[in-house]
Amino acid sequence: MEHTPKDPSQVLGWGVDADPKNDPTYPMKHRTDGEHAGYSWGRPPRQPPTVEVLHSIERSDLTSAFGTSTPPSGASGALRRFAFQYSESSYGHWLPLMLADRVGVAEGVLNDLKNGRVPNVLAERGWKAEWKHDRTGLVRRILVRGILFSAAVAYFRGKSTDSR
Amino acid sequence: MLAMNYRGPHRVRIDHKPVPEILHPQDAIVRVTRSCICGSDLHLYNGSVPDTRVGMTFGHEFTGVVEQVGPGVEKLKVGDHVLVPFNIACGTCVFCQQGLYGNCHESNPQATAVGGIYGYSHTAGGYDGGQAEYVRVPYADVSPAVIPEGMDPDDAVLLTDVVPTAFQAAEMGGIQTGDTVVVFGAGPVGIMAARCAWLFGAGRVIVIDCVDYRLDFARTYAPCEAYDFRSLEDPVVFIKGTTESLGADVCIDAVGAEAAGSALQTVLGRKLLVQGGSATALHWAINSVKKGGIVSIVGVYGPVGTHVPIGNVVNKGITLRANQASVKRLLPRLIEHVQNGILDPKALITHRIPLEDVSDAYRIFSAKLDDCIKPVLMPPSARS
Ligand SMILES: NC(=O)c1ccc[n+]([C@@H]2O[C@H](COP(=O)([O-])OP(=O)(O)OC[C@H]3O[C@@H](n4cnc5c(N)ncnc54)[C@H](O)[C@@H]3O)[C@@H](O)[C@H]2O)c1
Ligand SMILES: [Zn+2]
Ligand SMILES: [Zn+2]
Repeated sequence: MEHTPKDPSQVLGWGVDADPKNDPTYPMKHRTDGEHAGYSWGRPPRQPPTVEVLHSIERSDLTSAFGTSTPPSGASGALRRFAFQYSESSYGHWLPLMLADRVGVAEGVLNDLKNGRVPNVLAERGWKAEWKHDRTGLVRRILVRGILFSAAVAYFRGKSTDSR
Repeated sequence: MLAMNYRGPHRVRIDHKPVPEILHPQDAIVRVTRSCICGSDLHLYNGSVPDTRVGMTFGHEFTGVVEQVGPGVEKLKVGDHVLVPFNIACGTCVFCQQGLYGNCHESNPQATAVGGIYGYSHTAGGYDGGQAEYVRVPYADVSPAVIPEGMDPDDAVLLTDVVPTAFQAAEMGGIQTGDTVVVFGAGPVGIMAARCAWLFGAGRVIVIDCVDYRLDFARTYAPCEAYDFRSLEDPVVFIKGTTESLGADVCIDAVGAEAAGSALQTVLGRKLLVQGGSATALHWAINSVKKGGIVSIVGVYGPVGTHVPIGNVVNKGITLRANQASVKRLLPRLIEHVQNGILDPKALITHRIPLEDVSDAYRIFSAKLDDCIKPVLMPPSARS
């Protein structure tokens, strides 16, 4: 409470954008009904596709400009192509895409290895920053995971001796 | 060139990539001078945005110098130092014509539900972003703005997203003079939204978060009341209690998909990823606003169904307003506010990190280490 300025009008800029008409509880769009004349516009020049670009089935074609980052490839690419048979309104679209993202991570590691590079996962996860700024948290996490892991190993070892 | 490279959830690194080329007559190539990491990037970093492909470069908040322009670019000149709004907008489609620059119909083939955004997965157009030395800027004459004489580049880079998003959050709240406004989230966007609520004439501004240093920052910067939801038994009851049992006039969700505070939402939305994120803050916003009140959502969620108490929206007659910020529409007013000293965005920047250390920068921002509010990545050429 003590942080509320007693008189808000003392706050720098108070009320400079006040707009009593901006009350969206009531209709607010300034209607010209121009839209009803039809949705058409002079489309910008079209970017020539140089890589495979998937497009939502909720539209008829590519947009005039688009990104060309990381075109679909491999197994994740096949999943993405499959996903784009379904609309944005369908789990058939989003769930395969999420799966493709996970498959893509594994493909990324394989690609790194193929290029003679072992990904430095610790560095990628920014553990240097954690070591510097949150050493106790980091150590605690490693310990907890270590204990859980050893417990699991011990448990399954026990099980396999039991069954023998 | 050096560019951030996404390798999977929580794994990003710096790599070499080819310098981008002009692919469309209205493209420009920009040499980046500053590039921020945003709360929105954390949704990608955590792996919760579908169609986030390994190898992509993130970054939608950047400034840079124009190095090259396509034959269709008339206004921007080589050498201009520009701030580049995060929305990629054609300026001619029916949505752009209405000022909905975040909803352009000519910049994202992969999804009709959102316009193109730099470095924001293929669900937002498949563009490589600005956490790199160079970036391709489509429709270069539409959104990018030359940084005004005398403006600090740190202020400029925050005008590409944080400030307009926060301002629009307050604007969509339809704040009336004297209103009580509750902002969920004390990240850069929430803090700035609390600051902007005053500009619309709020009578009382309350921020809710669970990170002490951010609450402290909000208290002095906005300035406003700020509370840790972990110390409130139930934030909804707290807000009712402090508003004569009526609820706030306006609630703003400046948290989005990574919200903490509810085990169920966390499991469904952040661990299993079966809903479009954890909607805890939105849930609280809907339940804390008064009847007939307004909930303004700028927090970002994924595209699939998400648990929210929609029945209460109906029964309370709540108006929900939400969007990706329309940066170009708001820029003239916000540049004025910065130039007149009404808004001081650069004060949010707590960390200036070499682009090469991008892995650590993501960790610092996402784990909220070292009292980080807003980190900005500095490419080598901008440091000399
Ligand atoms: N609509 C747009 O145009 C737009 C633009 C930029 C950012 N965003 C979104 O705005 C949101 C905030 O961005 P940011 O950069 O400030 O992110 P941030 O991650 O730095 O901040 C989010 C804050 O919310 C807090 N929080 C978590 N759970 C909470 C809860 N239940 N209640 C209250 N606070 C809670 C966190 O502790 C954190 O401080 C993100 O979802 C981001 O994607 C939207
Ligand atoms: Zn952003
Ligand atoms: Zn458009």
